[in-house]
Amino acid sequence: MNLKDKNVVLHDMSLRDGMHAKRHQISLEQMVNIATGLDEAGMPLIEVTHGDGLGGASVNYGFPAHSDEAYLNAVVPKMKQAKISALLLPGIGTVDHLKMARDCGVSTIRVATHCTEADVSQQHIGMAAKMEMDTVGFLMMAHMASPEKILEQAKLMAGYGANCIYCTDSAGYMLPDEVSEKIGLLRSELPANVEIGFHGHHNMGMAVANSLAAIDAGASRIDGSVAGLGAGAGNTPLEVLCAVLERMGAHTGIDLYKIMDVAEDRVVPLMDQPIRVDRDALTLGYAGVYSSFLLFAKRAEQKYGIQARDILVELGRRGTVGGQEDMIEDLALTLAKQKGLA
Amino acid sequence: MIKKLKAAIIGPGNIGTDLLMKMQRSEWIEPVWMVGIDPDSEGLKRAREMGIKTCSEGVDGLLPHVIADDIRVAFDATSAYVHAENSRKLNELGVIMVDLTPAAIGPFCVPPVNLKQHAERLEMNVNMVTCGGQATIPMVAAVSRVQGVEYGEIIATVSSRSVGPGTRQNIDEFTRTTAGAVEQVGGAKKGKAIIIINPAEPPLIMRDTVHCLTSGEPDQAAITASVHAMVAEVQKYVPGYRLVNGPVFDGNRVSMFMEVEGLGDFLPKYAGNLDIMTAAGLRTAEMFAEEAANGTITLPARG
Repeated sequence: MNLKDKNVVLHDMSLRDGMHAKRHQISLEQMVNIATGLDEAGMPLIEVTHGDGLGGASVNYGFPAHSDEAYLNAVVPKMKQAKISALLLPGIGTVDHLKMARDCGVSTIRVATHCTEADVSQQHIGMAAKMEMDTVGFLMMAHMASPEKILEQAKLMAGYGANCIYCTDSAGYMLPDEVSEKIGLLRSELPANVEIGFHGHHNMGMAVANSLAAIDAGASRIDGSVAGLGAGAGNTPLEVLCAVLERMGAHTGIDLYKIMDVAEDRVVPLMDQPIRVDRDALTLGYAGVYSSFLLFAKRAEQKYGIQARDILVELGRRGTVGGQEDMIEDLALTLAKQKGLA
Repeated sequence: MIKKLKAAIIGPGNIGTDLLMKMQRSEWIEPVWMVGIDPDSEGLKRAREMGIKTCSEGVDGLLPHVIADDIRVAFDATSAYVHAENSRKLNELGVIMVDLTPAAIGPFCVPPVNLKQHAERLEMNVNMVTCGGQATIPMVAAVSRVQGVEYGEIIATVSSRSVGPGTRQNIDEFTRTTAGAVEQVGGAKKGKAIIIINPAEPPLIMRDTVHCLTSGEPDQAAITASVHAMVAEVQKYVPGYRLVNGPVFDGNRVSMFMEVEGLGDFLPKYAGNLDIMTAAGLRTAEMFAEEAANGTITLPARG
């Protein structure tokens, strides 16, 4: 694979996807500490919100330590060069949240839908584009649809005004060939002025390899997370990807030692548990289940005595999609009843 | 003795047709007119085949027949954009309007919670909230009638096939309207609504989760009894309304996990979200008819 002299924009997820791994309890001080470290290391884009995006504060997904507005107001003014992005899932957040984020100084809005339901994003993508924000369409759980379907949905989002489309491996299920095929089709069929992005999870240990395949197939924006702090077995670990890309002669504009130090000195110490491919995270990738279900399934195992792995496999079999965290307790209750445990 | 109220349905789409099929079994409401805007539409054709009068000039085509045919109630299954005008024109002629659009110019109506009050007050326009609201607000109310609810949250998961273009283009309207009704009708101090669209095949049956955070420790026995009683009330008009799990108590959190299977009249059984709207709309009109027959209310006078 030859990625020499390719320019890649890296986008850090530790303060958004990483919120899942922290049960949305990252403090304002920790957030500012990590964000300023990333800013100094040359990270161009940093995402900051509740793990489930703007408006995600809920019983279903967890109440955060602070509001989206408080996090954004703490981080944005401290940035010297990095831009801040915010995620929005239609059905959870609304255009009101989007306007709030813009007023806080967010410059990139990423509107996320399940990979077959892009038409719920029209009002949000349209509004962000109208406000001349960097507007991204984010197709989640992209392993669940064919390349042609992903392309059809990507065209909808581009038509609403998105200037960048993501193929998102929310379950960490994809292998490099699938990434190459999907990103390749998007790159060849979407207009050249629409950027392509890839968001990986490390549940099968493939996040770095998948990101390289994505760049090779035409993606110019790659999501990852410093120290991998993210849902499931984490996101593509950015310090690792930076080192690999440097060896391959690609350009990220990031200081490798500095990002290594942010990972080791600022992010790892605040982890509640090691972010690794444990059996439950591996099950997410193997069964194709949304990565943020991990800690919910582990908690259901504790409470109802049903193995997290069994819950996750069944959720995969039922075709659950992102945001259906409520089905975890529901299913655990049903399985516990069947086993005579509840 | 003639007791049935005569009705018109505006909007011959999936909702309007399903409503018509349910109405044909009603003891209180008699469908007379189906109103559309395209004479060749499938919906108007179906209505004609079912022996219903049709017009394709919108509500204006219906107006000259309202008095002659003694139309007393109309169901609007069109869109929020045209509802206000439809309602004004028909209200002027003394027709009660049941609003199935998201327009919400009249008060929210969730039958087992507040329909009786609306009927007794002869509200001339009532709004049926949203499908997620119809499926979940009875549960919030079941808790709040026992104990204060500081916060009520509902998560509605619906099959992709059951979500039409109108809802998709304005999904924020669903979350805002439902959250507002969780407060105003459900009795929660603060409401939150989430909608998830799932494309699995075969399509999943509508699922709803309701979380309430009570003020103080929840009275488990009283809340459990209240929830079961409320489920039975909803089952009177939506037999496929089921409590799958719960109420589950965890600190001051009370959670109910629901499933809503439709009757499968015109809409498939998995589309419980659409069925509960048509069933609730019809139930609403029936209550007005019952109150009128009992003499509790007097319908607008006609010469």
